[in-house]
Amino acid sequence: MNIQIKSGRLVDPKNKIDGCHDLFITAGKVIAVGSPPANFVVQQLIDATGLVVIPGLIDLAARLREPGYEYKATLESEMHAAVAGGVTTLACPPDTDPPLDEPGLVEMLKHRARALNQAHVYPVGALTYGLKGEELTEMAELADAGCIAFSQADAALVDTRVLMRAMQYAATFDFSVWLRPQDSFLAREGVAHNGEVATRLGLPAIPVCAETIALSTMLELARATGVRLHICRISSKEGVALVRTAKQQGLPLTCDVSANHIHLSEMDIGFFNANCYLVPPLRDLRDLEALRVGLIDGSIDAICSDHTPVDEDAKQLPFAEAEAGATGLELLLPLMLKWVKQSNLALIDGVDKVTLQPARVLGLDSGHLSVGSVADVCVFDPEVYWRVEPSLLKSQGKNTPFIGMELQGGVRYTLVSGQLVFEYKKIK
Amino acid sequence: MNNPQLNKHGELQHLLSTEGLPAAILYDLLDKAASFLGTSESRDIKKLPLLHGKSVFNIFFENSTRTRTTFEIAAKRLSADVVNLNIGSSSASKGETLLDTVDNLCAMHADMFVVRHSQSGAAHLIAKHVAPEIHVINAGDGRHAHPTQALLDMFTIRHYKKEFCNLRVAIVGDILHSRVARSQIHALTTLGVPEVRVIAPKTLLPVCVEKLGVRVFHDMAQGLQDVDVIMMLRLQSERMQGATLPSAQEYFKYYGLTQEKLMLAKVDAIVMHPGPMNRGVEIESCVADGRQSVILPQVTFGIAVRMAVMSTLAGGK
Repeated sequence: MNIQIKSGRLVDPKNKIDGCHDLFITAGKVIAVGSPPANFVVQQLIDATGLVVIPGLIDLAARLREPGYEYKATLESEMHAAVAGGVTTLACPPDTDPPLDEPGLVEMLKHRARALNQAHVYPVGALTYGLKGEELTEMAELADAGCIAFSQADAALVDTRVLMRAMQYAATFDFSVWLRPQDSFLAREGVAHNGEVATRLGLPAIPVCAETIALSTMLELARATGVRLHICRISSKEGVALVRTAKQQGLPLTCDVSANHIHLSEMDIGFFNANCYLVPPLRDLRDLEALRVGLIDGSIDAICSDHTPVDEDAKQLPFAEAEAGATGLELLLPLMLKWVKQSNLALIDGVDKVTLQPARVLGLDSGHLSVGSVADVCVFDPEVYWRVEPSLLKSQGKNTPFIGMELQGGVRYTLVSGQLVFEYKKIK
Repeated sequence: MNNPQLNKHGELQHLLSTEGLPAAILYDLLDKAASFLGTSESRDIKKLPLLHGKSVFNIFFENSTRTRTTFEIAAKRLSADVVNLNIGSSSASKGETLLDTVDNLCAMHADMFVVRHSQSGAAHLIAKHVAPEIHVINAGDGRHAHPTQALLDMFTIRHYKKEFCNLRVAIVGDILHSRVARSQIHALTTLGVPEVRVIAPKTLLPVCVEKLGVRVFHDMAQGLQDVDVIMMLRLQSERMQGATLPSAQEYFKYYGLTQEKLMLAKVDAIVMHPGPMNRGVEIESCVADGRQSVILPQVTFGIAVRMAVMSTLAGGK
């Protein structure tokens, strides 16, 4: 299939392109940018006049809920949500039921995802069996089965000797280890940031030092083992500062933040809004600002959706009994755009944080539209405003702190490997 | 952010917290309670018809004797039909969710819910869920709020001290876990008390507590200096586990209210306690039973205050 995406504003951070260029695709790959190659016969023309053409989004944390939590979401529903959000590649954390600690489970997930023929799915394998933090998984076997990195998801790894050995073993094969820093003792029972709002509402709190203590341990062990470490969902000003310093010292370190955390703070909990019950907790305005600064100065590499579909019943409970998390795949693009607008950044710098940078974290040669690259493309309308409503979300999870809010930027076309997998149709 | 307790006319729709309520509403409730005090103390006319034909459901997901009983008495004195449910021992243990329980009771034509729950925010959740003609009174949710307790405390202070604007009030004990303390602080600051102090060790204080408008003291002798009102809090015995406090003995020595420490306050200072008391842990018996103690009048006033709240919500407008 020969596809021409015509008259769009092409934004490609890797090639430092931001201008009106046509994109030509053949056999799943980009074959030309600007003018068509010789003898190119257009079979499918996508008119992108007034639209922006960017590499497909790459999301470092999207829970698809399979296996085990099909009542919350299914691979079908969430893969559909991904392409509707312009996400063409996603990494899914291992906290399924059972966790992704056996090669068979990973193969099954890869197989099911491939059969749906939508976004590329890269499972993140469990670092320890059952995510219990006790025994190492067969990382090399899991990598052969398709795992791109290894993680504990949100499960605790209390035993620092196990953590050190997991890092050493992963470093042997040059596998990357992804960890969310949180001291499990300090975070015990906590559901909100240890600040003014938790004090006012009487919610059990998680102090910032729960993040920085765990982070310090991880950084020291990364220094000692030489492992490639990726820090997931940084949430505090002090945490960003530790990451910044470690990077300046040359540690091979990457870091992501959730799109929720660069827009919201503890204040948004208001009167116990369970949609704002997130992991890690939303912290204060000072932290929010530091996360944005960290993204701009490169301390934080990427923005992820931290997509966590939760069924409605699990949110209709008193705050601390509710289930944490929010749907996010379809909000990643508009939330990135919102940050770009509010921080007065160039669009290309925002696009970088959801395409090229996450590709680098994953070690993939994607997230760009160079000639010869796989044609994963997102085409969006930068001007359109839409109100986030449950009925508009393809994800089975309808819970997000942004429900009812107006966001700017809507995906119009998504291509994965040169195939049109999503086209926006206005609901009349 | 809309205050979920007020309707669009700014009137009280639910009583969930003392936070964010205008002083005028608090004064109205206190005035109304004063008018009921005579009625509730008089032996002749015990019942008023203000809630006649209304059903009040006391739903207690956490055990309580005193609060539930005073709500029950208050509702009955207003001629309401009262149903008491101790959910802790029924539906919740069978796996029914909080809102399912509430829906079932709504189907039985409840007009008002009095709710106690171990989780902060439970009363807000119910208030958000029920139909607009149904009223919710928070009888204690987790660590968050216990507004009727705070109101009866304000009533007690006003009864003995007349004015709020010239007082120095100290709240002593486990502020961190106390819904009573939070509601007291909001009520006191709203009513214009110029100096509210909290006295506790650091393990029993929430972060940024000073942002609620209080002065923090760790030394009880300093904190009690020249205060007009001392509000003691109950210390749960489980605080000795989980490394919050070393022992009840040490706590009593440094934060228990003794006759000797009471002397540091003004001579006419009153001593309050929301009950149930741990004698010898947070308060010495001779203080609890002493001439400055107003602990039992607090209980009596509690009925009038709860009558005021219920009649304002249901019969008010």
